[in-house]
Amino acid sequence: MLSVDALHVTYGGAVQALRGISLEIPDGKVVAVLGSNGAGKSTLLRTLSGTLRLHRGRIDSGSVRYGDVSLGGRDAAQTVRMGLVQVPEGRRIFGRLTVEENLRAGGMGNRDKAAKARARDRVYEMFPVLKERAGQRGLLLSGGEQQMLAIGRALMASPKLLLLDEPSLGLAPRIIGQIGEVIAEINRQGTSVLLVEQNATMALGVADLAYVLDVGEVSLSGSAAELARTDEVQRLYLGHDSDEPAAAEPLPGTRKTLSRWTA
Amino acid sequence: MTQFLSLLLNGISLGAMYALIALGFVIIFKASEVVSFTQGSLLLLGAYSIARLSEPIGFYPAVLVGILLTALAAFLIERLVINRLRGAPVISLAIVTIGVDIILLTELIRRIGSDILNVPHPWGSESVRIGEVGISQNRLIATGVAGVLIIVFFAAFKYSSWGVAMRASAEDGETAALMGIRLGRVSALAWIVAGALAAVAALFLVGAPTPGVSAAAYTVALRAFPAAILGGLDSTGGALVGGLLIGLAESFAAGYQDQLLFLGRGFGDVVPYVVMIAVLLVRPSGLFGTKELTRV
Repeated sequence: MLSVDALHVTYGGAVQALRGISLEIPDGKVVAVLGSNGAGKSTLLRTLSGTLRLHRGRIDSGSVRYGDVSLGGRDAAQTVRMGLVQVPEGRRIFGRLTVEENLRAGGMGNRDKAAKARARDRVYEMFPVLKERAGQRGLLLSGGEQQMLAIGRALMASPKLLLLDEPSLGLAPRIIGQIGEVIAEINRQGTSVLLVEQNATMALGVADLAYVLDVGEVSLSGSAAELARTDEVQRLYLGHDSDEPAAAEPLPGTRKTLSRWTA
Repeated sequence: MTQFLSLLLNGISLGAMYALIALGFVIIFKASEVVSFTQGSLLLLGAYSIARLSEPIGFYPAVLVGILLTALAAFLIERLVINRLRGAPVISLAIVTIGVDIILLTELIRRIGSDILNVPHPWGSESVRIGEVGISQNRLIATGVAGVLIIVFFAAFKYSSWGVAMRASAEDGETAALMGIRLGRVSALAWIVAGALAAVAALFLVGAPTPGVSAAAYTVALRAFPAAILGGLDSTGGALVGGLLIGLAESFAAGYQDQLLFLGRGFGDVVPYVVMIAVLLVRPSGLFGTKELTRV
């Protein structure tokens, strides 16, 4: 289980991106984290994957623990070897490497050759299109295929917990549906998933639990199904009108208008 | 015609040496985003160690130790200086390497003094004739060794795990780190390889027809910079082509200097830079370089 407790993170010693976030990812579950731009979703992932320092970010207080081990201060390579692997936002395929080389790069943190071979078979089984295109350069793939490759590349490290940063970004609705199925399948095969998304429909569809972040704090949390029924999520993330159809202007008391300035 | 073929052969051989140095320059840039000006003093260090050690321990052991020492020096520069400045602006890093280069160079020149150290190549300074064309044995062996090394290098770059890790981190460092690739290790290895390549180039560059190891060997290494830059700073293939181009240009300019007298004597020494400027005016990122060299 991964647990985050009262986590505060700042960038450059000044900009506070996370202000006391607490959340848990139980083993074997899919947990969704929703939130608009600047809510702190990417910062949360960077903290988990050990890339915070590359962005001049720092944990001020609070803890991140995976099982019994504290993740604070570990670098990305160590985190991968512990079984936490992140699929970066925007896919970030190695465009000049072939599909096969992308997968090899994904397996670099995995020393066990047999496990790597199994991981490769599993990736090719899950995404047959990647096998067909094994010799092609990554940048020649379509957006959907690139996202498959990004997920497959992360699976090469045989993760216990997969961190997905907005896998639906810029993809067609039909492809987003497929990504949702893939996430469910990965989870069925025994990998826990942290799914950071703006597309709440897909995220709440596959997740067991969900958290809503707002300006660096957890504003709502609960089971995904319950959360999907709350008015706030309906209104802000699922695009449904609440029971007062007249309320077209922003509701007083919400801080949504400011959120994009914070990170 | 004979003269042409002879100059061609010598140019290729010289170009192969430049290519070795330029390859080191390029992989350092790819792995650690540093424009490293230390190649010149590393080369001199390699030549100096081989020359000094040849007498006490014999030529071939000296070559081995010289290559290892140079690789070690490159590794130490990366660990003690470059790695600690990770994330610093590219310009600062480049200037830091100039500083390191000057320190190392000054110490080596102090040790060499005004002597010309002799490297006792077992193949001596004899020339061989291929048909009508004469070339020093040293240059001929150099071409063969460089050819093999270049093939091994490109094969490793393409097929080995090191090559994949190297190319992945050159393309997108943060994502490579997310895949568990240790960027520090990739960078250290690149410096080690670059140091070793410079030492091999040094071994042959101080042989016939060059008289031996003197401070002048340093300026030879400087000609590998235009080779790397005109090929494209981030292209290994470019380093190879750039090296050969510079070697050939230099060889021909020196060989036909009588016909080129209007340019003045010793034009061969500046021709690498002239070629570089001419190429860069037409293609600012080099022949094979990626246009976008600034990364976020």
